[in-house]
Amino acid sequence: MGRSGSMFPVSEKWKMVRDKEAERKYVVCNASEGEIDTFKDYFVLKNFPHEVVEGMNIALSTLGAEKGYIYLNKNYFREINEKLSPMVGEDIEVVEKRGGYVGGEETSVIEVIEGHSPEPRIKPPFPSCSGLWGFPTLVNNVETFCAVSRISKGSYQKKRFYSIAGSAPNKGVYELPESMTIEEVLRETGNLPDFDYFLQVGGGACGEVMLPEETGRVLQGLASIIMYDREETDPYLLMKRWVSFLLEGNCDKCTPCREGLFRIMEMIKKGNFEDVEDMFLVMEKTSLCPLGRVAVTPFRSLLEKIIPRNGDND
Amino acid sequence: MEITINGQKIEAKKGETILQAGERAGIEIPSLCYHSDLSIRASCRVCVVDCNGKLLPACSQVVEEGMEIRTDSELAEKARTINLELLFSQHQEECYDCVWNANCQMLKLAREYGVEINRFKDRKASYPMYRFGPIEFDGSKCIDCRNCIEVCDKQEVGFLKIKGRGHLLEVFPSKEENTDCIYCGQCILRCPAGAFESVGEFEKIEDPFKKEKKRVVFQIAPAVRATIGEEFGMPFGEVSTGKLVKGLKELGGEEVFDVSMGADITTVEESKELLERIRKNDLPMFTACCPSWVRFVEFYYPELISRLTTVRSPQIILGGLIKTLLARKKNIDPGDIVLVSVMPCVSKKHEIEREELKIGGNLRPVDHVLTTREVGRLFRDKGIDFPNLSEKKPDNPFGDPSQSGVEYGVSGGVMQSAVYNLSGKKVKLTEKKKGLKEGVVEVEGKQARLAVIYGLKNAKEILDDLKKGVQKYDYIEVMACPGGCIGGGGQSVPVNEKIREKRREGLCRAGGTGRAIRAKENAQVKNLYSTLFKKEKKIHQICYTKHYKAAKTLLEKNEQGEENEN
Repeated sequence: MGRSGSMFPVSEKWKMVRDKEAERKYVVCNASEGEIDTFKDYFVLKNFPHEVVEGMNIALSTLGAEKGYIYLNKNYFREINEKLSPMVGEDIEVVEKRGGYVGGEETSVIEVIEGHSPEPRIKPPFPSCSGLWGFPTLVNNVETFCAVSRISKGSYQKKRFYSIAGSAPNKGVYELPESMTIEEVLRETGNLPDFDYFLQVGGGACGEVMLPEETGRVLQGLASIIMYDREETDPYLLMKRWVSFLLEGNCDKCTPCREGLFRIMEMIKKGNFEDVEDMFLVMEKTSLCPLGRVAVTPFRSLLEKIIPRNGDND
Repeated sequence: MEITINGQKIEAKKGETILQAGERAGIEIPSLCYHSDLSIRASCRVCVVDCNGKLLPACSQVVEEGMEIRTDSELAEKARTINLELLFSQHQEECYDCVWNANCQMLKLAREYGVEINRFKDRKASYPMYRFGPIEFDGSKCIDCRNCIEVCDKQEVGFLKIKGRGHLLEVFPSKEENTDCIYCGQCILRCPAGAFESVGEFEKIEDPFKKEKKRVVFQIAPAVRATIGEEFGMPFGEVSTGKLVKGLKELGGEEVFDVSMGADITTVEESKELLERIRKNDLPMFTACCPSWVRFVEFYYPELISRLTTVRSPQIILGGLIKTLLARKKNIDPGDIVLVSVMPCVSKKHEIEREELKIGGNLRPVDHVLTTREVGRLFRDKGIDFPNLSEKKPDNPFGDPSQSGVEYGVSGGVMQSAVYNLSGKKVKLTEKKKGLKEGVVEVEGKQARLAVIYGLKNAKEILDDLKKGVQKYDYIEVMACPGGCIGGGGQSVPVNEKIREKRREGLCRAGGTGRAIRAKENAQVKNLYSTLFKKEKKIHQICYTKHYKAAKTLLEKNEQGEENEN
């Protein structure tokens, strides 16, 4: 599985790019890391840049690709580009991320590298068939490339990087076995608090809200855990934060994501969620890019688990 | 390959979209932002269809072998309905003051799916209204499909832009000094939400009839006769010159003349100028019948203004003749004539305002321009049953144009007419690419290279070449709108390539047989040159003009209502 959170098998992507006959091919390392309170890619790039670059080089040679790009989060760019650029070699170029959250969606990444504005493309075609300048392009996450390098060296130990944030007592990035349950991850890192809490798993914007009793499962998707003190957290403020972030970060191109999020914002203001299922339906089923589809997750799970659906007039 | 739509097996071609496959098989799949003239952006999400529980946008999804598609599943219809409700939540309805005349796709679908159009409060109620030249844009109607931006970019104008407004976006006209609207009005035709219209399209159409003791005289442009029927649901391309004349008389027009006659005069003078320029090697020469094209040169390429023919456009020439010759004949004060042009074009509304076109310093050749849409509306408002009107001929002495004059309304018409007038032969034009045809004609032993262009993107390439000193053509006809005036910004909606083709065929039929083909052989033109136009001075006064560097249009912005907090 890739480490971006979209749960796409890495080998499939590689195969698609490898098997596609084309004059040129490209490799992109997506280091846009746009989710709220998520910083595991930053940690990997900062601590293991050589392995990331090596993973990319393996991809370049395995796929017969001509050039690689590291698409780097703006803040990270400022901080680590100076260190990163000299070590990437001639075949790889570091490109600064543009735009908001949607700027990290893989086809928006391609648009920006090509010099256009950060707006998603219609899929299909997928980047593995037709990406940069119409050529097959492999887009993988930072951590994925790091893992590739470790696998090739035989040093891969089936671990992944977990970023833990929010009101967790011991915030940070931890490298732990993939097979651990969320509860085990919390215990291992000293993050089982004595206060009543809930989690957001999979990113501070589009992650799913999870109650303590649900943490007995293995983390799927983006390894980002954010802890909220249940008593201290105003769920309406939290939703406001999400919706502002998402409205700010989406591209406003398609109706369901643009208008659906706007209406969700209105509902949060009014505390009336009568129409919310309709918004979820069109966002999930008819959005142009994954953003609108996953943006439903936090609201739906919070409304189900934290706010009692009857009598939600705050 | 075979696919199934709503249980019906159809043959689909590899690489085509579900929408295209459905259309070929006669299955209508509801869509909104899709326009066959533009690229596929798949942004409105109204055309979603159900493919085994997955919703796919029919406009962009390419067919796959064995696909089973339902346009009418509960899921597809529900999602489509909600998306429509969300689109309506952006759009302030003003259905009876709309270029779509309560007949738009949004309303059609709303009726079909029981859409609650006021389910959500209009979020754009406070968005501003902009006015630039003869065009208005009402932001409170915009549904963010961005068709207007694409069509404006396609014209290489780029006047319509998008900017942030809170967390959302807003279409707006550019304030940049070096970018300006050229008034082609293609945005009006491409907006599915009726957010664009020409200034006064609803409020001012009765102005020409308001002045007392004035003689209202109409002149009708070539292209309108092949399109006005569309306003009343008549078939595309049906020619209704006679009904149009009759209808305008019922509106109170004392006379109705044919601008195609003006076109014949433009041809005679323009071919004279061409010949002169060929002799002096003062080439290339551009046509100047299309005011949007003229404005494009005057604003973006002022250094090439001298390339424009100095001959006036047909409506201005004929207007000048009506105000002088007719006034004298009928013994009336030219100031008592209210001359109304019926045009396929919004840019013509701007053209009549140009100061240098006044005759003798103060007399405007034309007082009002009404577009095809506006005349259609007037007929409806006045209860004129257009399809069932009897037929009347345009009035003389400006009622019997040549075939070439009528064909001014299609791309290539001006060029063919001028060249035919000079050489007595129609020139064979070959299509080099969409919107660009080429040909060669021999004039006095010299080979003149011809280009016929529509769409300003094609024109821009030639202008840029000329700026670099590369001259590929000697005589260039440019029309801003696709297909020429039949695709003009004042014409009826909807419009697309197929509709334009039918209009073109219709207009070429309207040119008819049994009349003069060559402009100068037209008896009424001959008569004019043997009387009034014996004097060079008169010809010059009525037929010639100058062009100037254009200034940026004054941009008016009207805020509407209270600002909503986003």
